Amino acid sequence: MNWHRITRLLWVGVLGIVLTAYPFNMAWGNRSVRIPSGSYKPLYRNEGEPFQVEVTSFLLDKFPTTNQQFLNFIQQHAQWKRSARQDLFADSRYLAHWSSDLDPHGIGHHLNSPVTNVSWFAATAYCRAQGKRLPTVHEWEYAASAGFFNPDGSAEPGFKEHVLEWYARPAFRTLPAIGRGLTNYWGVADLHGLIWEWVLDFNSVLVTGESRGDGGLERELFCGAGSVRSSNFEDYPAFMRFGLRSSLKAHYTLNNLGFRCASDLNLQKGEYK
Amino acid sequence: MYSRTKLTSIHLLVISITILFFRTDLTLAEQRLQVQLSYAPNVSAPLQRNPSKVRVDLETKEVTARLADGVDYNFWTFGGTVPGPMIRIMEGDEVEFHLSNHPFSKMPHNIDLHAVTGPGGGAASSLTAPGHTSTFSFKALNAGLYVYHCATAPVGMHIANGMYGLILVEPEGGLPPVDREFYVMQSDFYTKGEYGEEGFQPFSMEKAIDEDADYVVFNGSVGAMVGDRAVRAKVGETIRLYVGNGGPNLVSSFHVIGEIFDTVYTEGGTLPNQQNVQSTLIPAGGSAIVEFKVEVPGTLILVDHSIFRAFNKGALGMINVEGPDNSLVYSGKQADRIYLPEGGAIQEVAVANEEPAIPLTHEERLQRGQRIYEQNCAACHQMEGKGISGVFPPLANSDYLMQDLPRAVRVVISGLTGEIDVNGKKYNNIMPSQRLNDHDISNVIGYITNTWGNQAELLSAAEVAEIRAALANH
Repeated sequence: MNWHRITRLLWVGVLGIVLTAYPFNMAWGNRSVRIPSGSYKPLYRNEGEPFQVEVTSFLLDKFPTTNQQFLNFIQQHAQWKRSARQDLFADSRYLAHWSSDLDPHGIGHHLNSPVTNVSWFAATAYCRAQGKRLPTVHEWEYAASAGFFNPDGSAEPGFKEHVLEWYARPAFRTLPAIGRGLTNYWGVADLHGLIWEWVLDFNSVLVTGESRGDGGLERELFCGAGSVRSSNFEDYPAFMRFGLRSSLKAHYTLNNLGFRCASDLNLQKGEYK
Repeated sequence: MYSRTKLTSIHLLVISITILFFRTDLTLAEQRLQVQLSYAPNVSAPLQRNPSKVRVDLETKEVTARLADGVDYNFWTFGGTVPGPMIRIMEGDEVEFHLSNHPFSKMPHNIDLHAVTGPGGGAASSLTAPGHTSTFSFKALNAGLYVYHCATAPVGMHIANGMYGLILVEPEGGLPPVDREFYVMQSDFYTKGEYGEEGFQPFSMEKAIDEDADYVVFNGSVGAMVGDRAVRAKVGETIRLYVGNGGPNLVSSFHVIGEIFDTVYTEGGTLPNQQNVQSTLIPAGGSAIVEFKVEVPGTLILVDHSIFRAFNKGALGMINVEGPDNSLVYSGKQADRIYLPEGGAIQEVAVANEEPAIPLTHEERLQRGQRIYEQNCAACHQMEGKGISGVFPPLANSDYLMQDLPRAVRVVISGLTGEIDVNGKKYNNIMPSQRLNDHDISNVIGYITNTWGNQAELLSAAEVAEIRAALANH
C-alpha cells in the first residue's frame, strides 16, 4: 500500500523533472506572459496624450521569436522564404544570416537565437499566423520598464546599469540563445541586453534625424504624431530605442533587430483583429 | 512607304535622344570628384582646384579599441577612428554626401556638419539605420575649419563615444602655403572606472552629465601623439595645425610648450586675426588654425593648458623637431650654480647626511621612501608608479628599474637624458638630478622597488654613498 504511493509519487516527480527541462517554447511556440494593467511615463508622448500612459492588460511573449520558430512559420508560409522576397516588404538583407531558404544555421546564430534581419512586414505576418500581433510602443515600453524585482525598474538599484550595459558594448557577432538572462518582474525575458525589437507602431512617435530640434516640430509633419519634448533627459536607453525606431522603415531588416508577439487578453487564438 | 520612313526617323530620333540623355547622365556621375579623406594626424594635400561637384563617402562604425594602455573602450566612430577622418573641400563645392552605417552597428547614426547651411547641418536628412546608406547634398557656402559630429539621440552619448571630426572648407585660392600640416582633435571621455583602471571600460552617463572627465586626449587615445607616434618636423619649417575640439563638454586651452603661435585663425574662421599667441581657446564643437615656424630642434609638447588634463588625464602630444641647434634663439642650459638666498652661510643642506639616531625598521624606511617619492617623483611617475605612456616611464613592473639598482641610484643622483627602453617602449625625455641625501635615496629606491608588484633587497645608505663617490671620481 505504502509502497504503491511512493512509486506513484516517484513517477510524478520524474515526469515533473522531464517536463520542466523540456524546451516548450521551441516545440509549441512562444509562451505568453500576462502583463497586468498599469501606467508608465513615456519618453515622448503624442499630442494630447497625458504624461502617464495607461496600458491595459495584455499578453506578451516571454521570449523573442527564435530562428527555429521563424523557420516553422516559413515552412507553412512559403511567400516569406528569402528567395520569394519582395523589395516592398523586406530589403535585401532579409534573413541574410541564414545559409539558405530553409536553413537557419547561419554565421553567428543558433537555432534558439532570436531571429533578426526580419522586416516589420515579416514580423507582423509571423505574429498574425500565431493569432497574435506586435506589441505597441506603449505596451513594449511599459513591459520593459519593469525591473527584476519591482514593476518599476527605475527605482531598482542596478537595473539602469544593467540596461545601459548592452549599449556600451559592441554588437554581438554571435547572437546568444534566448532566455540566458533573468526574467523581469512580469516574467518576461530578454527585453534588454540581446536585440532591438520591432513594435507595431514604430513610426508613430518620431524623433527626427535632428533630435535636438524635436521639441519645436510642426506637428503636421508627422500626421499629428510628432513628438514633444522628452519627459526624462537621463533615460538614455529610451532615447536610443526611440532613435532607432525612427531610423527604420517597415521593409528594413537589421542585424540585431528582431521581435516578439503580443495579443489582447480577450482575443481567442486565431481571432486576429 | 512615306509613313514608314517617317516612323523610322522618329524612332531613330527618340533612340538617339535617349542615348544622349543617359550618356550625359553617366558622364555627370563620373565627373564627381571623390574627396580624399585623411586620418589624424595626417592632412591631405591642399586642393589647388576650382569649386567642383564632389562626392564624400563616410562610414559609421562601432569598434572596441585602446583608450589608454590596458584600457579598452567601445568607440562609436566615423571611419573607424577617433577623431573621424578630415574632409577637405573647397568653398563653392557642391557636395554629394553618402553616410553609410555598418551592418554590425547597434545604433542608428547621422551627421551634423557645422560647414553645412540647412536643418541640422545635414542631420535631418542623414539618420541612418545599421546596414543602410543615406545620401544628401549641400553646397559649401562658407570657408573655414568646421567640426562635424553625430546628432542622433542621445546626442551627448554619441559625441562622448567618439563621433566627431573636422571638415576643412578651403577659401577660394586656398590658404597660404606652409611646410607641414597636421590634424589634432581634443576630446574628453567618461568611463565607469577611474583614469587608468584597466580592462574594458563602459561609458559613464553620470560622469558625462557631471562633466567629470576621466580622460582628456588628443586624437582619440592617451599617447596617440607621443613617442613613436609623435609627428615630425625640421628646423626652419612652418607648421600649420588644424585643431578641433570634439568635447563633448570641455573647452580647450590649447598650448604648445616651447612655441609661440605666429598666426591664429581664431575659432577656425578664415581671418588670420591674431599674431604671437601663447594659448588659444577652442570651444567644444569648435576649432582653431594655428601656425608657427620651428626655430630650434627639440620636442614641442601639445597640451591643454588646463594643466591637470595634460598630466593626469592624457591631453599630451608631441612634435619632434630635428635639425641644427640655434644657440642665439635657445641656448640650452648654460650654467647650474647653487642659489643661496641667505648668503654663503648655508651649504648644501639638502644633501647633508644625518644618520638617524635609532636605525629605522624595514617598514619605516619604506614609509619614509613613500613620503620622499610623493614629494619628488610622483608628479611625473604618478602616484601609482605607472608614469605616462610615452612621456614618463613607469616604475611599476619596470624592467629598466629592476634590472639594475645601482643604475637607478645613479639616475636619481645625476638625472637622465636621452632614449631608454622601458618594457619594450621607447622614452626620450629628461629627468633632472634629485637633491636627496644618501639615506633618502636608499629609502626612496627601496620604496619604488618594493611597491606596485616590484620586489628587491633594500640598499643601505652606505651603498648609495659608494655609488655617489664612484660617480664623483669619473
